Amino acid sequence: MASHPMTPNSWHRNREGLGIWHGRGKVAATGVGTSPTARRWDEKPETSMGALTLIAIRKAIEDAGISPSEIDGIVITPESTTGVSNDPNTPPPEGWDQVFKMVDYPQAGITRGDIDWILVNMPELTNVQFKMEGRGCMSVSFTTAAEAVARGLTHTCLVIRGWHNLAGRYYVGQGAAAGDTLAGPQKYAGLWGAPACAGTAMIFEEYCNKYGKNHDMMAPFIVEQRKNGLMNPDGFYSQHRPEMITVEDYLSGRWIAKPANIYDNDLPIQAALAVIMTTAERAKNHRPKPAYVLTHAQTRPESQGVTPTLESWERLSDKMGRMLFEGAGIGPDDLDFENMYDGFTLFHQFHLEGLRFGANGEKGRGYALDLYQEDISITGPNPVSPSGGNNGNGRTRFWNHRDSILQVQGRSPSQISKPANIGVSGSHMPHMCDSLIWSSSPD
Amino acid sequence: MPKQSPIPDELDKPFYDACNEERLVVQYCPACSRYQFPPRNACGGCLNPGIQWKQVSGRGRIQSRVVVYDTPVSVLIPDQPFNVATIALEEEPEIIMLSHLPGTPVEQVPIGAQVEVIFETTPATGQKIPEWRVVS
Ligand SMILES: [Zn+2]
Repeated sequence: MASHPMTPNSWHRNREGLGIWHGRGKVAATGVGTSPTARRWDEKPETSMGALTLIAIRKAIEDAGISPSEIDGIVITPESTTGVSNDPNTPPPEGWDQVFKMVDYPQAGITRGDIDWILVNMPELTNVQFKMEGRGCMSVSFTTAAEAVARGLTHTCLVIRGWHNLAGRYYVGQGAAAGDTLAGPQKYAGLWGAPACAGTAMIFEEYCNKYGKNHDMMAPFIVEQRKNGLMNPDGFYSQHRPEMITVEDYLSGRWIAKPANIYDNDLPIQAALAVIMTTAERAKNHRPKPAYVLTHAQTRPESQGVTPTLESWERLSDKMGRMLFEGAGIGPDDLDFENMYDGFTLFHQFHLEGLRFGANGEKGRGYALDLYQEDISITGPNPVSPSGGNNGNGRTRFWNHRDSILQVQGRSPSQISKPANIGVSGSHMPHMCDSLIWSSSPD
Repeated sequence: MPKQSPIPDELDKPFYDACNEERLVVQYCPACSRYQFPPRNACGGCLNPGIQWKQVSGRGRIQSRVVVYDTPVSVLIPDQPFNVATIALEEEPEIIMLSHLPGTPVEQVPIGAQVEVIFETTPATGQKIPEWRVVS
């Protein structure tokens, strides 16, 4: 199976005391390409995850205003779902090899993002030397590419993630969940049948008990996200379900794992994103305004049990905030907006509080659901999730990064009213996250 | 609630063997005095490979809960809605195990209450697994 090196551990900025990032202001994102979206794959080669990926790449290169031959690096997140997937040896559907050249991994382009498959199907990418996999999350690919450019290993690098969504329900009654036995590490929690959102819902419940909050207080955030997402012509909802939701819709949403309801769960879709990351020097010759990276940082699980704890989510999201501010040489008040992850919605506030976003002098935790009751819109003083996130656009874990780049470039479809000089994006969980600080200026 | 039967592997066989003897064991690192579960080949704290299995009291506390209305697991669908609670072990509250809290109705889960381990037989293979019930 074709695979390429993954991100070296030594590239991680996962502790405090590392000082200003060595690449601060020397790396920028420029071109952005987004594929069309679909709810599920219809098994036609032309609508596959791989096909969407090629569309996104071509659009990103065109957006940057550069020649494909200038691309000398690719960082990809090979995993293209968090739900059910095909067996790796499943042959492609009939007609596939008439449309695409094949590599030795039969699911390449279908349920796996694959650099070699991209290269054989995009012969115009003639100069790709640097190839790396940012595994698990596109956030990892962004931080990996930022390091690779800062280290001089690539000067014009594609950052890529595709998402597939096959027929049938994302998890329910599929794969291991369908049998009467269960093997592998998922058995330690899987036997109890908790859906994916339940771990988050349990910690959200604890959070509410600790700070005197409740699930209803989430409603303004959920509604605002859909509003922001519907401004994005590339999002799933704007393309396929362009209807607003109301507070009443949210409050009457069916429970999945109470206190998580259907609106707290993001909708799986097919989509792909490609972004060009390059040196600050070369970015000047690209068409879009550069979105400079001021720093990046990582957290990884420290849990001792089958699920994380409230304490670990608070501890690690606090640490993320401190690491980002240290690496970028900024403080919480410098953030003009935040685009942290929201899939599931019920953990967004951990990221927000870790960054002290909109804290307004509040020293402790537990303020975020109160902030949601204030003006968190793109026209207000504290724009929360202006991208609309997964919840406003469909499940990808990339809308947040994409929008942070577009915001500081001044061309987001949901552009915030105040100047978007500095913003943050990161995915995914509060205890397992890769985040970046983006800036309109390298200084 | 009849659950799926877990298939033990080399790493967790001591845990499941102990369950069949109605004993609850979790991994313990003597080098840094750290408990961990699920099992790993080494201590997640200090990377010591000399990790041991240690019997614990089987007492814990209900940390949080959800009510599941839409489970992915086919054999549990007839029992919806049902509780899934997080149980923090007495010896180390960061060790979390899950429970359906047999005998406790949904919406009546006493957060913070003491629980004790019981062992439930899973139908497919007869493998026993830990469950938890509220201490009255
Ligand atoms: Zn240890």
